[in-house]
Amino acid sequence: MSPLIEVSGLHYRYDDGVPALNGIDFRLERGETVALLGPNGSGKTTFVLHLNGLLNGEGSITVCGLPLEKKNLPAVRRKVGLVFQESDSQLFMPTVLEDVAFGLLNLGMDAPAAEARAREALQMTGIAGLAGRAPYHLSAGEKKRVAIAGILAMEPEILILDEPTTYLDPPGQRSLAALLAELPQAKILVTHDIPFAAALASRAVFFEQGKVAADGPIHEIVEQFGWEFVVRAETRRKTRGQHLIP
Amino acid sequence: MHHVVLDRWSRGSSCFHHRDPRAKIVALLALLVALATASRGIVLLGGALAFLLLVSLRWARIPVGAASARAALVLPFTAVFAGLSWMAGDPTRALFLGVKSYVSALAVVWLVSTTPLPMLLRGFGRLGAPRFLLEVGQFLYRYLFVISEEGQHMRNAAAARGGPVRQWINRRNRFRAAAGALAVLFARSYLRAEEIHRAMLARGFQGTLPVLEAGQFRVGDALFAVAAVVLIVTLRIASQGMVE
Repeated sequence: MSPLIEVSGLHYRYDDGVPALNGIDFRLERGETVALLGPNGSGKTTFVLHLNGLLNGEGSITVCGLPLEKKNLPAVRRKVGLVFQESDSQLFMPTVLEDVAFGLLNLGMDAPAAEARAREALQMTGIAGLAGRAPYHLSAGEKKRVAIAGILAMEPEILILDEPTTYLDPPGQRSLAALLAELPQAKILVTHDIPFAAALASRAVFFEQGKVAADGPIHEIVEQFGWEFVVRAETRRKTRGQHLIP
Repeated sequence: MHHVVLDRWSRGSSCFHHRDPRAKIVALLALLVALATASRGIVLLGGALAFLLLVSLRWARIPVGAASARAALVLPFTAVFAGLSWMAGDPTRALFLGVKSYVSALAVVWLVSTTPLPMLLRGFGRLGAPRFLLEVGQFLYRYLFVISEEGQHMRNAAAARGGPVRQWINRRNRFRAAAGALAVLFARSYLRAEEIHRAMLARGFQGTLPVLEAGQFRVGDALFAVAAVVLIVTLRIASQGMVE
């Protein structure tokens, strides 16, 4: 069976000429959850923006068997749901319900069906009570849930979440992890939150300077790059009583 | 974050808040036309309309004093032209200008205080206002809050590093600092706009914002609009007749 996403030799430069992606090869299989790890500025977000056709680099990208070309963009965007890091960028309609229904109406769904589906998505994300509220009156955690509901409502085949735990408190993170674990779609998580990634993903791809530095089981990758956040006793002893700036 | 006062007022639950925006827009247009076309009896007409507006603001449980003060924000702009008319030897025209602009502004405050802006824009859309203009208005309104929040964060960050803001802005380089902060705010807003566009494209945006609700114009809304127009026209005719 062909992979859901297949990327080969992807290169991208920012407008100022700075290289962002230097030959990325990547595959996502059906039902798989992959965590994209790596330092800030390593190209993770730039990479996932390509998977939805929002950026256009050199190389080949195939999504659900469709080459990523201009004529296929509507179909690709229907299949790939992208939750942005900053929820405020994603919420622009006057009410939460209208925002969640935005993508559905763009897909050509009629208003009553779109509303019903949007309400289902709000129910699924535990924020059915916010339907009539204005997005700018919500807390950061609520905005994040609305942004996720807006993508889930479109029932994409692939879910991409860029820093999904940002602004969520630990109970919010747990409930998001539980929700995502139940969803059948293949997922790509761009995150620095290792416990969250490890709870959902079996595989991790480590980005470094616009390249894939490693690809494998998440625990091995985390260990290989010392990416786990554990405060060891030795570190505690060293830092106790010391000032950050001497 | 702090929210715009008018926005808070517009989320009330009085009979005026529940009216369809189209009915209120029709009433406002009738009032503006009556004021704009009045000459003799303008003070009487303006006084009567201002009284009606203040009563309806009170009825809608909106602070009358604060609403009147907001309407007065228009006066400095009018004062320029009123002053010119006065100096040109036409004090009556100066008075007319003041009355017309203040009562018009009070009517607009009444409308935006009793109608959430998204609903108001939708009402204008259903009355045939250009869709593109309304969409720009909608985005401007939505991201006003984001920019306001960014501004507050920057203000807090500046205060945290430089003591109380008043002390900070009283320094000699306050204008340079303020200009720098504005530039950063502009750059952030620009980046935000790019992100918004990407987020819209990612959900299949093809150039027009889809509308979910059709909205219903009920009998009560029609009655309200007709009653308001009749009352305004009657006042307009009566005020002119009393002067003659």
